[in-house]
Amino acid sequence: MPDNTALTETTYYILLSLYTPRHGYGIMQRAQELSGGRVRLAAGTLYGALNAMVEKGWIRLLPGDGRKKEYQLTPKGLEILQKELARLKELVASGDLVMKEEQKCLNE
Amino acid sequence: MSERMTIKKWIWVWDFDKEERWLNSMAQQGWVLDRLGLCRYEFVRCEPGEYIVRLEMREHDAGYLSFMADTGAEYVGRMAKWIYFRRKAEFGPFDIFSDLDSRMAHLKKISWMLRLLGFANLLIGLANSLNPVVNMGWINLLAATLLMYALGRIEGKEEALEQDRLLME
Repeated sequence: MPDNTALTETTYYILLSLYTPRHGYGIMQRAQELSGGRVRLAAGTLYGALNAMVEKGWIRLLPGDGRKKEYQLTPKGLEILQKELARLKELVASGDLVMKEEQKCLNE
Repeated sequence: MSERMTIKKWIWVWDFDKEERWLNSMAQQGWVLDRLGLCRYEFVRCEPGEYIVRLEMREHDAGYLSFMADTGAEYVGRMAKWIYFRRKAEFGPFDIFSDLDSRMAHLKKISWMLRLLGFANLLIGLANSLNPVVNMGWINLLAATLLMYALGRIEGKEEALEQDRLLME
């Protein structure tokens, strides 16, 4: 994966939610809670994303006897998440910089 | 014994979103999908707006069905490769897909199936047309034409999403 690739919102919120182990419904609830109710991951989308992320080694399935499968972030997933967070901060900084300058021009 | 009602209805594959809207308007009127068969929809009485109904095309996957069950969705039934779910509206909005990528992947699965069926019918139709005794090849050729039309309709939906995907997710 090239270094400058952006994660989708779905991927980002799943990784964030899996900082602590959670099952599918738990991930949906956590993403909704973190985003103030805005992000609602749908089950079909979530299921596909979880399988793809397990395959990539970003998250892992926890061993357990329960019927509900629990997932957790791997060290590789954490690294991806940290990179994405840095990228997002840069996006916000760029936005703030331009908007502030434009605002100054308008005021003068 | 709860009140039941059966409606026979033919719905084209490219109208699956219209089918979903129809099933949800039935649920709004207090009839929720309970069983299904070929062109047959069986409803049972519910509170108006008690349920939200969704359908999708997917290969059989037991893991997926139990995943859906964990999120509060009830599996209603399957017709060919189409599966139907319903969920109580009190759990909040119910969708199967929440981003453009997974919606596009779903349409791609449908168009792939249509292409496969269309091609098979074309081959069978051509082979049967060469049979001088029973000339029934036209049935398959007709089916192939229809399937290709359906493919065009689904691809149109795909293109619309692809255009959006250039700018957003």
